[in-house]
Amino acid sequence: MIAHAIFFYIFSIIAVISAIMVTVSKNTVHSVFFLILDFISISCLFIMIGAEFLGMIMLIVYVGAVAVLFLFVVMMLNVAQQKNQWFISKESSGHIPVGLIISVIIFFELIIVIGGWKYKPELLNPTNLLITKEVSNTHSLGLILYTDYIHVFQISGMILLIAMIGAIVLTFRQREGVKKQSYLKQISRERTEGVEVLEVASNKGVKIDD
Amino acid sequence: MIEIGLGHYLTLGAVIFSIGVIGIFLNRKNIIVILMSIELILLAVNINLVSFSIYLGDLSGQVFTLFILTVAAAEAAIGLAIIVVYFRNSGTIRVEEIDKLKG
Repeated sequence: MIAHAIFFYIFSIIAVISAIMVTVSKNTVHSVFFLILDFISISCLFIMIGAEFLGMIMLIVYVGAVAVLFLFVVMMLNVAQQKNQWFISKESSGHIPVGLIISVIIFFELIIVIGGWKYKPELLNPTNLLITKEVSNTHSLGLILYTDYIHVFQISGMILLIAMIGAIVLTFRQREGVKKQSYLKQISRERTEGVEVLEVASNKGVKIDD
Repeated sequence: MIEIGLGHYLTLGAVIFSIGVIGIFLNRKNIIVILMSIELILLAVNINLVSFSIYLGDLSGQVFTLFILTVAAAEAAIGLAIIVVYFRNSGTIRVEEIDKLKG
């Protein structure tokens, strides 16, 4: 139980500090890094408390998709350069120590989680866990997600589809002057418009492609 | 202090929630950080739901956390797409300079 308390305090302090850093950080790229650290700490907490499936899904969805999306947009919009233009030369090397520190912390967190997984019965007090321990968390979640909550599940799928269509429609633009291959035009080309038979007069030559 | 109960997790959720709200209000830089603060707020809600679900022994909280996760991902995608379009049209995403609606 002591180990549970220690791990809880470590992860929650890291989560709170990185949440503060997300909001006060001067550089947007650093904010995204701290957001990733925050999500990883919280998903470690979820795994510790017994919601393993949600912890893993948080890792996949937030760190794998949302944070990468944020980084992508920050990179595309060039916000970091826009914000502090007075020291551009120092700007590029400034990311390295922060990224390094955050990745080291993430590494230690993962080590701690793996260590904690080994002593799991000791970590979690079974008396305050009323959820049955015979089936795994993922199994029991799947049992009710696809039966009791099937309509909500379908609706959330629709939300994702609409979000995807919306994002594509919003950012789509027709570019001018882009050369593209048109198969229909190529196939429907006739011999008469491509080849011309000429009568070449002697000593005069012929003028091609004027 | 040693015995970690429901209150500890709820306190953590409350702290992260308030940090997210403060981040929205105090932000004067760019709009992407505001979107990240919204993500923090949704994360705090997820913490509350999961801890209640575990300590009350009811799995519905975790199911709803899944749905909140879905909505958060959709919201991030749409919001970032809107930001990209706005940046393409007006060339800036600084919060002070976005005043087209004169609000």
